[in-house]
Amino acid sequence: MTDSEGGLDLTKGGPEDSIQESASSPDGRPLVVVENVNKHFGDLHVLKDINLTVNPGEVVVVIGPSGGGKSTLCRSINRLEPIDSGRILVDGKELPKEGKELARLRADVGMVFQSFNLFAHKTILENVTLGPVKVRKQGKEESRKYAMELLDRVGIANQAGKYPAQLSGGQQQRAAIARSLAMRPKVMLFDEPTSALDPEMVNEVLDVMTSLAREGMTMIVVTHEMGFARRAAQKVVFMADGQIVEENAPDAFFTNARTDRAKDFLSKILTH
Amino acid sequence: MFDFSPFFDSFDEILQGFWATIRLAAAAAVLSLVIGTVLASFRVAPVPVLRAFGTGYVSIVRNTPLTLVLLMCSLGLNDILALKFSSNSSVTYYWWAVLGLSAYTGAFVCETLRSGINTVPLGQAEAARSIGLTFTQSLRTIILPQAFRAIIAPLGSVFIAMIKNTTVAAAASYAEVALVTKTIVDKPTFANGVIPLFLGVSVGFLILTLPTGYFFGWLAKRMAVAR
Repeated sequence: MTDSEGGLDLTKGGPEDSIQESASSPDGRPLVVVENVNKHFGDLHVLKDINLTVNPGEVVVVIGPSGGGKSTLCRSINRLEPIDSGRILVDGKELPKEGKELARLRADVGMVFQSFNLFAHKTILENVTLGPVKVRKQGKEESRKYAMELLDRVGIANQAGKYPAQLSGGQQQRAAIARSLAMRPKVMLFDEPTSALDPEMVNEVLDVMTSLAREGMTMIVVTHEMGFARRAAQKVVFMADGQIVEENAPDAFFTNARTDRAKDFLSKILTH
Repeated sequence: MFDFSPFFDSFDEILQGFWATIRLAAAAAVLSLVIGTVLASFRVAPVPVLRAFGTGYVSIVRNTPLTLVLLMCSLGLNDILALKFSSNSSVTYYWWAVLGLSAYTGAFVCETLRSGINTVPLGQAEAARSIGLTFTQSLRTIILPQAFRAIIAPLGSVFIAMIKNTTVAAAASYAEVALVTKTIVDKPTFANGVIPLFLGVSVGFLILTLPTGYFFGWLAKRMAVAR
């Protein structure tokens, strides 16, 4: 990797000198393409002919009722869930099946889970340096330095020596974001990153995500946080019953949804 | 009945027997751990052939009497097929005893470790894969270290059973403490006092196994992973 170190500091730098730089394809080619993807869990058809395009620097929020296939779609983009048919391209390359090739591709796709999934037997710092050292074959000292920068950036540099269980949920999730960023990913997937958090910790995670979005990171975010969607997303994708029902700009979607299914969903969550 | 002189008369021989037991148990502990880890890795591998091998091995070896496994090693492989580690008979029987006992105990270590792997939340493996670790890397750096910490206590039980199982190596011509005891009893000069002798040897085993149990219990607490 020959990433620039630019845009590390949250306080300075707009989208021009962002950590996203390396990923933006000069020819304007989309970064993630999902084409006619189908998936079944037994008899359940969880993904029905899904088509989605995500351009470099774009933030796409996926919302919708539970069981609608949002998480499955998110997880299939780095093949944590294999798909039955169709294809998924990341930066122009189709997802390989198993093996080293797939591992390499996953390294370019960051993933943040609902339940954090920090490595329980390693310190926060070790969690963040593991990928760069083992996968990117980066030097230990260099990895440590970058990891500390990232931890500082998500506001938990002083927790670097602790184990995950010693941190609050919000701190763990921010550590998990730092762990993903350490791989200098081209795109980040967030699978309901704030759903397992206490209400008072939701914002500290959303703040980190918002600033990432501002810096031009390409993000696909499954979430119920409408405020975040309005603030940071360029596109909202509404999924229900395994289909993409509606795709629109956030403001247009929230104020003037086109489909009844989306209107119904919004009326249920926005009325209180 | 409570005259322990028969035990202390043969104390040196018994001590030597116990030393032979310890050497066998120590080598078998290390080797069975290696075999068990490899087998458990096979059993969770994404390659069907490896999984089948691991399952087949455990099914066969775990369900075969240890006496048979050790006799197969000593009489079958060493004596009849003449696969010897050394021309020195005590050396070659020692290594066959180590190999047989490890092959057998390894199957139990494998199953214990596999149950340990099942205690590691699926999310750990998913996170490992999502940062680009290969299967082997995630197994080695994320899954196995946590699995091992979860199974330290039950692994202690496996090793205690293994220490006691060393006595079966007597059947395979290896002169550990059980064979030594039998030799003492079989001496024409040995009049009576079998029970004190056996009691003494039992205490000797307790001295080996009790600390093993306590050590593994202590280690399990110390190494526990907080979630």
